[in-house]
Amino acid sequence: MEISNTLFSRALIDAAARAIPLEQVVADQIRAVQINAYYGRTHAVRGVSLGFAANRITAVIGPSGCGKSTLLRCLNRMHELVPGARVEGRVLLDGEDIYAPDVDPVAVRRRVGMVFQRANPFPTMSIYDNVAAGLRLNGVHDRRVLDDVVERSLRQAALWDEVKDVLGRSGASLSGGQQQRWCIARALAVQPEVLLMDEPASALDPASTLKIEELARTLRDNLTIVLVTHNMQQAARVSDSTAFMLSGELVEFRPTTELFTRPKDQRTEDYITGRFG
Amino acid sequence: MTPTPRAALRRRLVDRAMTGLSFAAVLLALVPLASVLGYVVAQGITALNWAFFTQLPRPVGETGGGMANAIAGTLTLIGLASCIGLPVGILGGVYLGELGNGRLGGWIRFTADVLNGVPSIVVGIFVYTLLVVPMKRFSALAGGAALGIMMTPLVMRTTEELVRLVPATLREAALALGVPWRVTTLRVVLRTATVGVVTGVMLAVARISGETAPLLFTAFNNQYWQSRLDQPTASLTVQLYNYAIAPYDDWHRQAWAAALVLMTMVLVLNITARLVGRRQVSARRSS
Ligand SMILES: Nc1ncnc2c1ncn2[C@@H]1O[C@H](COP(=O)(O)OP(=O)(O)OP(=O)(O)O)[C@@H](O)[C@H]1O
Ligand SMILES: [Mg+2]
Repeated sequence: MEISNTLFSRALIDAAARAIPLEQVVADQIRAVQINAYYGRTHAVRGVSLGFAANRITAVIGPSGCGKSTLLRCLNRMHELVPGARVEGRVLLDGEDIYAPDVDPVAVRRRVGMVFQRANPFPTMSIYDNVAAGLRLNGVHDRRVLDDVVERSLRQAALWDEVKDVLGRSGASLSGGQQQRWCIARALAVQPEVLLMDEPASALDPASTLKIEELARTLRDNLTIVLVTHNMQQAARVSDSTAFMLSGELVEFRPTTELFTRPKDQRTEDYITGRFG
Repeated sequence: MTPTPRAALRRRLVDRAMTGLSFAAVLLALVPLASVLGYVVAQGITALNWAFFTQLPRPVGETGGGMANAIAGTLTLIGLASCIGLPVGILGGVYLGELGNGRLGGWIRFTADVLNGVPSIVVGIFVYTLLVVPMKRFSALAGGAALGIMMTPLVMRTTEELVRLVPATLREAALALGVPWRVTTLRVVLRTATVGVVTGVMLAVARISGETAPLLFTAFNNQYWQSRLDQPTASLTVQLYNYAIAPYDDWHRQAWAAALVLMTMVLVLNITARLVGRRQVSARRSS
């Protein structure tokens, strides 16, 4: 615990140095501190420090290639799985550095779940088995526990009523939006504290997109959500705070309404008014 | 740029001629295949009877009898070969597919390809020196080892290809759920590739079940039921060879029957593998 305490006090020092209100640090569920991420020589994320408040939705916006996905994947130690990729800096999850040498990345990923741009269910598994996969592949086989978790997760993902009669079937015939909610249910089943969503609706039609957004709003009660999106309307509709990134750097990070109505940085203004790239 | 009528006509004629030539080439290629199949069936079917499957070979001079021991021997040899070929081939293939991009992977891949190209009789000699000489006898074990050595690179390379075909997004999905790498590899990646791997295994079994040369001085032959794995064993291919070169008409008949049984086995394996493979493709498409 001693290590985590020092790290926590370092976070406080960071906060003081950057004039961040103290209570905001305390309420941050997960916090990136001076993150630099590389792919070989490519420096994709440049010195980003950013806190994600508990039970809030934080949107990350920015033009294509600015490093949004890379930053996201630094938060659950998925970035380092890319051959040649490297991360510097710290990420504090509940005050503890997930990049500390004694931390098991597998355990981190159970606490920080992820939803991808395209639904990626396991094709050999049924609807039920997909949702149960996170527990089963980690050795939970008690049928009653699994039944409960599957139902709870599918309800949380607002999919239960649509699939409760076909749980044993393959999900191949589900619509794109349903498949994405199915993958959200799969991520929720391991009860993560943080859910990272990388453009979860960018492959979906407007109606399905709205469903996912509604879902994100309800999930907020139990989770901290980080939402990467290309769609500024979406960020404005669902998020509480928004971070704007450009060329790997964090340009501006403020409550969503402020960022969209009174941007402080000229580059942010150019981007949100569509005057750029 | 509309072509002139002459040019259009010319193009149509060339097109027709080429289609005709390709068709003729296909026919030409099918003639030997069809005649081999037809001849083996015609010759084998008359010699095939219940005794062939249930009785032991008769001593020289007596007619009748069968190759029951050789059928059992071939199945035993395939089983033994699979004990080597499946685990080494599948795990090696997973290694190559998942981690094999470094120098070690390159060497393993190269070795497997060389092994694939080694004449089967050389594999036989290798196992002869390695197992038969020290054990001082021919044995089913040695025969199984020789076939297993031939099977390993086949299974390994197919498994590698199929593991590579599994979308990276599935691997990511499992890892992001907090599933350890090892479990992800075996229970998500390999599981997704299973149908294809089964296809590859069937084709490898079909391939080795027709081998004679590596068995000649490993499993050797046996006129009786073989009761222990460290004893020589009969096999359909070696028995076929011995009977075909012997000067007895009845043995020739039985050699044809053996050829028919062997060919049917290989054909069934091949067709099943194809059907299984096709099912996998359509499953992929619909998901
Ligand atoms: N696997 C990789 N190997 C090498 N470079 C990569 C890799 N993935 C991303 N990059 C580079 O890193 C930078 C950031 O990429 P990233 O995917 O994080 O951007 P993004 O903001 O998510 O873009 P988009 O909105 O298009 O998804 C880009 O310049 C990209 O070219
Ligand atoms: Mg991205």
